[in-house]
Amino acid sequence: MPLRWTVNEFRGTPLRESDIPEGRVLSVRWDPNARYAWDAGIAIGRFLQGLKEGRILGVHCPSCRRTVVPPRIVCENCFRPLTQWVPLQDTGTVQTVSVCYVNWDASRRREPEFPAVIALDGASPGCGILHILGEVTPQTVRVGLRVRALWKPPQERTGAITDICYFRPL
Amino acid sequence: MMRRVAIVGIGFTPFRPLSPEVSYRELVYESAQRAYHDAGINPREDVDSFITVAEDYEEGTAIFDEYTPDQLGAALRPVHTITADGLYAISAGYMLIQTGQCEVVVVEGHSKASNVLTPSYISALALDPIYNRPLRFHPACLAGMEMARFLVETGTVREQCLRVAVKNRRNALLNPLAPYGADLTLEEALASPPAFAPLSEVEMSRSADGAIVVVLASEEATRRLKGHPVWIRGVGWCSDSPTLETREWGEAVYAHLSARMAYRLAGIRNPAREVHLAEIDDTYAYKELMHMEALGLCRRGEAGRLVEEGATERDGLLPVNVSGGSLGMGHLGEATGLARLAEAVMHLRGDAERRQVKGAQTALVQSWRGVPSSSGAVVVLGV
Repeated sequence: MPLRWTVNEFRGTPLRESDIPEGRVLSVRWDPNARYAWDAGIAIGRFLQGLKEGRILGVHCPSCRRTVVPPRIVCENCFRPLTQWVPLQDTGTVQTVSVCYVNWDASRRREPEFPAVIALDGASPGCGILHILGEVTPQTVRVGLRVRALWKPPQERTGAITDICYFRPL
Repeated sequence: MMRRVAIVGIGFTPFRPLSPEVSYRELVYESAQRAYHDAGINPREDVDSFITVAEDYEEGTAIFDEYTPDQLGAALRPVHTITADGLYAISAGYMLIQTGQCEVVVVEGHSKASNVLTPSYISALALDPIYNRPLRFHPACLAGMEMARFLVETGTVREQCLRVAVKNRRNALLNPLAPYGADLTLEEALASPPAFAPLSEVEMSRSADGAIVVVLASEEATRRLKGHPVWIRGVGWCSDSPTLETREWGEAVYAHLSARMAYRLAGIRNPAREVHLAEIDDTYAYKELMHMEALGLCRRGEAGRLVEEGATERDGLLPVNVSGGSLGMGHLGEATGLARLAEAVMHLRGDAERRQVKGAQTALVQSWRGVPSSSGAVVVLGV
């Protein structure tokens, strides 16, 4: 039996895109029913309660002297419990930002979004929260921009990160 | 010459059906603090590697292993996560120390099962999506099917399985960590409604929340640590083929082979005589019997009779699941094996209070990964 030969005619069955939805090539679909809750717990629970009251709370570690946000019950540097709660300013400096032109379904956005990390005033340098910038354009947005939170009206706040609509230039 | 590896610290939370006041991070932090205090170590200085167990589908977060370091004191340190039962992590930690790469290794497992709002749908995602899942039966039916075949092949009767549920729920009454202790009688168990017959409701463990952290150390490291080392004498693990259509339904081959591997390392020839205490998988009551047989604690078809005779009670010849098992303590997902292990460690240290099995020197710990799996692990401990 020859191990090498010349192919004169390419045989086989070409696959068309329509063969899949029309069932000529078989596949099975399944939509997962995966629903979860996440207990916020002690540290994030208090942080969310603060947002509902229009305050951003951080925690201070007396061991490494950092003040961080979002709050946590243990310092990841020192493994010491964190119990000193510190109200922070709702102003800060854009630590980093991306101008985002693509949605979850891969469609293009005409108006980009501006997810950013904002180093908050009152927290240690470089420590801030992840949020969205508003009232900026690709031309005006930049690392180092000074911004302030725009809060939802008190009656619309639910104790969620979205109680802040976005951060906008000072 | 193989290095000896010891368990030098354990820490855990109580296990509860719900834990709305704490996050999973806070559950883990509580356990970690206890384990480090127990071992007398500082995780930021004294630990060479951390191993956690978690399944993304149980956590509701993809790449969940990214979220494990902070609460363990493991940030910026070697960490990896295994998507399997905690005893696999114990085995991995044992090997890390045996290679000489590490002196101290920390293992973590936790359950926040109460936060999974569609548990049977998540469990169904473990079935083959093409030729099993579209039939849309509840995944726990597989346990009913397995039990049916086990009863037929071994001559075990349903009442013997119910006795396991009665024993373990009653054992849990002495365990302050266990939420499902009950002064159950056999008559009450017999009246339990069928769920996935022959399996009835009372024979199925319910889930619980909680966390367990274990500290492993090399023999050299144990000399500078306080506390009472419990030695890991053997580990084993095994996966059978997942195919439901051709698997062995009436016996736990995975448990048999895992045990063989662990016994060989431990030098155990006659487990029924050499093991003083067994903490083994009882996700469903019949599983305890099936696993006893697979682990060589008795001959095939004998486990039911041993339970009937009281041999597996706390004061019997071969105490099994003195902790209450998963039926009494709750099922903890991939942390379940670590809960069994923690109980065995307490007995070997003589720290098990009113549950203490007197003179226990060798303990067998075993886990199974739940339906539809046919895999699990075994750890043999000794003092």
